[in-house]
Amino acid sequence: MSVSPATKPVRPLLEAKGATMRFGGVTAVNAVDFVLGEVELRCLIGPNGAGKSTFFKMLTGQLTASAGRIHFRDTDITAAHPHEIARLGVGIKTQVPNVFNGLSVRENVFVAAGRKKSLARTRAIVEETLTRLKLTEIATRLVGQLAHGQRQWVEIATVLAQEPELILLDEPAAGMTKEEVERTAALIREINRTHAVIVVEHDMPFIRMIAKTVTVFNQGRILIEGDVDTVLSDTRVRDVYLGKQAA
Amino acid sequence: MTRPPSPLRALARPASLSFLAMVASGLVILFGAPHVLDTFGLVQMTGFTAMAMFALSQGFIWGYGGVMSFGQAAFLGLGGYAYAVGVLNMGDSTVPVFLAIAVPMLFAGLLGYFMFYGRISDAYIGVITLTVSVILFQLVNTTSGSQYRIGEAELGGFNGIPAIPALNLPGDAGNQLDPEGIWYAAMGSLVVVYMFLRAILASRFGRVVVAIRENETRAQLIGYDPRLYKLLAFMISAGIAGLAGCLFANWGGFISPTVFGLTMSAQVIIFVLVGGLGTLLGPILGAVLIQWLTIEAGAQNVIDSNLGLGAILVTFVLLIPQGLVPVARNLVLRLGTALSGRRMRAKPLGPAPGTALAGEVRR
Amino acid sequence: MAPDLIGLLGFNVLAGIATLALITLGLGVIYGMMRIINLAHGEFMMLGAYTAVAASDAGLNIWVAMLVLPPLVVGLIGLVLERTVIRFLYGRMMDTMLATWGISLGLIGLVTSIYGNVVRGVSTPVGSFEIGRYGASLYSLVIVAAACAALAGLYLLLRLTKFGLILRATMQNPRMAASLGVSPDRIYMATFALGAGLAGLAGGVLAPISGISPAMGAAYISRAFITVLGGGPAILTGTGLASTLFGFINELVSFKTTPVIGDVALLVAAVLLIRVLPQGITGRYLRRSL
Repeated sequence: MSVSPATKPVRPLLEAKGATMRFGGVTAVNAVDFVLGEVELRCLIGPNGAGKSTFFKMLTGQLTASAGRIHFRDTDITAAHPHEIARLGVGIKTQVPNVFNGLSVRENVFVAAGRKKSLARTRAIVEETLTRLKLTEIATRLVGQLAHGQRQWVEIATVLAQEPELILLDEPAAGMTKEEVERTAALIREINRTHAVIVVEHDMPFIRMIAKTVTVFNQGRILIEGDVDTVLSDTRVRDVYLGKQAA
Repeated sequence: MTRPPSPLRALARPASLSFLAMVASGLVILFGAPHVLDTFGLVQMTGFTAMAMFALSQGFIWGYGGVMSFGQAAFLGLGGYAYAVGVLNMGDSTVPVFLAIAVPMLFAGLLGYFMFYGRISDAYIGVITLTVSVILFQLVNTTSGSQYRIGEAELGGFNGIPAIPALNLPGDAGNQLDPEGIWYAAMGSLVVVYMFLRAILASRFGRVVVAIRENETRAQLIGYDPRLYKLLAFMISAGIAGLAGCLFANWGGFISPTVFGLTMSAQVIIFVLVGGLGTLLGPILGAVLIQWLTIEAGAQNVIDSNLGLGAILVTFVLLIPQGLVPVARNLVLRLGTALSGRRMRAKPLGPAPGTALAGEVRR
Repeated sequence: MAPDLIGLLGFNVLAGIATLALITLGLGVIYGMMRIINLAHGEFMMLGAYTAVAASDAGLNIWVAMLVLPPLVVGLIGLVLERTVIRFLYGRMMDTMLATWGISLGLIGLVTSIYGNVVRGVSTPVGSFEIGRYGASLYSLVIVAAACAALAGLYLLLRLTKFGLILRATMQNPRMAASLGVSPDRIYMATFALGAGLAGLAGGVLAPISGISPAMGAAYISRAFITVLGGGPAILTGTGLASTLFGFINELVSFKTTPVIGDVALLVAAVLLIRVLPQGITGRYLRRSL
């Protein structure tokens, strides 16, 4: 039985159904259903150990779900390797900066931009990305010698240089100064004009700067999902998360 | 261990100059040596060249690929034996030379598939490669007796294969090269392999290989499959080691299981470590220096060669882990800037947090 | 197959498993506790064997020369090497491998300089017995006993002593142990000496059945490495299970072919095993065991 593409229901950009991750006896993510539309911006929040980072790793292929399915458009990525997911057009910034410390800033971006593209096109992307993120000044520096905040930017640059369709950012504002946080927020809003973005974040002021829709994780499940103001004023959310944050 | 300098950075401006200078000096040595040295000296230099080629194979996979291949002797031995068996059967040396490259490459492909696609840790790769070379050594060691033969070639167990015909010009099997001819073949191929590796490292493939050494996770998240790149780099390295084995067999006209031995694997590690991890010149110079020292020490019977090698290895790991070439390069840079009275702009090879080579470390 | 032949084969398999456990334990202790792959392990065994030779030449009781002196002497040598070389390299896995490789070469060279590159031997202190038509060496029983004693001793050490408790804590979580006020430096020093001592014991016990030469370590290390890799992080369980599995394969293939082919089979089995279980047997199963 074959279904012609025309009659197929249009899948969302990213969809998780019953996604579950068990480590030994611990269930870190428990039957999570999650849908992300095209060019959507979504923030994942929740207390430590709520499962949001684990869920994030399942989306990126760094962990393989114990049960459930995850689709990127029409492709089942449940058991895919990270590099396969990346090739579908998913750019990922990890929590701990993953950069090439021994390479220069430009080389970092070059390696990211250069997959399956002509040299001229690659160079153009590199220079454009460096300018966009104001990294041209330090383009020849070794990334290992840069400050933490700068390395975060380099990583964001490598993600953008891949020209992905969906961008996953795990705590992009961690360890940044106030100005850097504001720049990052502005950048995310700008990226979101053309790209879908998922942001995992702890920093509440930052969430308020960027968020439209928020998904709250608690104890491996989705507690509530909705408009940022509605969610943040929900008492259950205050109990599990904001209460702690205020303390 | 100190981080090796970025090859991409080195390729920026002065790189093409240094490349030309390297190739030019290689050619000067290639054509100059026969005029300066007698046959004995030339034969000795050929031996150094074979070891330098071997060192290049290790320097590439370890220094640039970040793969702890600690049993590189396996590929040297396979190459040497493949050449010997091939040329004894075929007469003409053309195909055997290709066999000397292809057999180790295929073997590395098979071994590498299990290692890299099994996603085992760096340290385990070191142990497995080492173990493979030890077992090959033991295996070949037991092949004495006329029942162990491949076609015309008797493997000869621990006595090895004597009287291996030397290289000949393609298609002219009766006309074997004399020592001078073999020198040209050996040194010429060293220059070619050096150029080949420089080209690889400048290519996109090479950049990705180095990027994977720097941060495998990031490379993956960009969309590169580290397993494939490591496997290909491993195979290239094995092919070069095999070619070194072919030269080695030509140099002495003889090959024995010692080419698979632990000492051989240790030696090539020492060549690279002494010369400098993450450079191509370092392994070449390290090989020549250590080989020369070994011969000198052996001639004067000063010290057991294993004892000397062990002492060198421990000393370098503890005190000069970056190797001589990077140290010298830094010194020259520092001297240059001191003379010109400016502040140093080039960054020294400072240790970076969390070296990619250190692999699985718990602490 | 005749019953006596099966009996002999079974006996040899048992002895093979014991040998494997004995030669692996020291390596496993150092790797399991310290994440250091000690490439000088074979040479520590070699030193144990030479200690036995020297002691029995000096007229010492053969059992003391084989079982008591080698672990003490080699443990002491391990202690000295840890203090002078290894301790500067903690946390740098590759460098520790390289340094122990250097130590390995150095020890081979040193012993060659002293004793020369000749093969020596110690006579077996016990005779043989018969299984049906076949003679079997009683000494194999000594090896089995030694292996059992070493495993049991290590188990008791880890279970019953304060040192063992600290070791286990360090093994589970080095940072936590350090924060409890335990000096990891001391622990690592003791662990390295313990591992070296166990290697020395293996060398001493196997001295009567091996050709003792400066390079003899190479004959053992491939099997020891394979068993540690196959066993995974839990030292005792891993060594026990992997020795049983690999010892069985090794002896069976060796019996059908030659010992070298037996080693090849061992390697192939190990490579296939880690393709399925990259962290070894106890990396997947029985993770909480010792």
